[in-house]
Amino acid sequence: MSEQNKPEILKMELEALSKNEEFARVAVAVFMARLNPTLEEVDDVKTAVSEAVTNTVIHGYQGNGGIIYLEVGIDGQELAVTVRDTGIGIPDIKLAMEPMYTTDPDGERSGMGFSFMEAFMDQVEVKSAPGEGTVVTMKKKING
Amino acid sequence: MNQPYFTYEAEGQTLIVHLPEELDHHNCSGLKYETDLILSENYIRRIVFDFSKTRFMDSSGIGILLNRYKQMALSGGSIAIYGAGPQALRILKIGGILKLMKLYDSKEAAVTG
Repeated sequence: MSEQNKPEILKMELEALSKNEEFARVAVAVFMARLNPTLEEVDDVKTAVSEAVTNTVIHGYQGNGGIIYLEVGIDGQELAVTVRDTGIGIPDIKLAMEPMYTTDPDGERSGMGFSFMEAFMDQVEVKSAPGEGTVVTMKKKING
Repeated sequence: MNQPYFTYEAEGQTLIVHLPEELDHHNCSGLKYETDLILSENYIRRIVFDFSKTRFMDSSGIGILLNRYKQMALSGGSIAIYGAGPQALRILKIGGILKLMKLYDSKEAAVTG
C-alpha cells in the first residue's frame, strides 16, 4: 500500500471554550486538505464540526468547561469526524435532533445544529447517555 | 484580538449591523445585549445585516437573525441582508432565512428597501 492510500488519523483534546470552536473547525479543514476537497466540501465539514463542537461547549459541558475529544480519520476518500465529551449527555436524542428544538436558556440559539450536521455530512450518528457524555460521529465522502 | 465583533451604524431609523468574519457561537455572544441596548434607546424601524466581511457562518448566525426578526416583527419593523458570500448564502438558505428576510446587492439598496 502506498503512503498516499494509508488510513490516517488526527486526535486532539481541546478545552470546551467557545474560542476553540473556530480552532476545531479550522484544524479539521487543514487536515482534510490532503483529500483535495472542493471549497464547498471544506465549508460543509467546517460547518458540521462547528455545530458539534458548539453543542459540546454549550450543552454537553453547560458552559462550565471540560475536554472535547476530537478525532478525524481519513480512509480512502472518506472523512470521519468524531466529537466526544464527558458532559451531561442527552436524555432524548431523537428530540434533541428535531429541527428548531433547543434547550438553550438565553433564547439566541436556532436549534438547527443537528439539522446542519445532517445537511452537510453524509452520515451522522449520535450516542449519548445522561451523565456519561455524548459521542457524535459524522462521515462524508470527499469527491474533490 | 480585541477588536469588537460587531460594529453598528445608524442611518435615520435604520440600524446597520456589520457582522464579523466568523459568525459563530463565540463571536455572537455580545450581539443580543448590544442590539437590545441600541433598540431600547433609539427608534429603529429596520435592521440591515452586512455580511460583506463574513467568510464563515453556522447555526449560531441563524439564531441571532431569527431573534432579531422576531423582535422587529413585534414592532412592525423589517430586516434586510446584503453582502452574503457563497458559504453564508447556503447557510441562510438551508436555515430558512431567505423566506423571512430580503437579500440585497448593496448597502444602499438594503437600507432603502
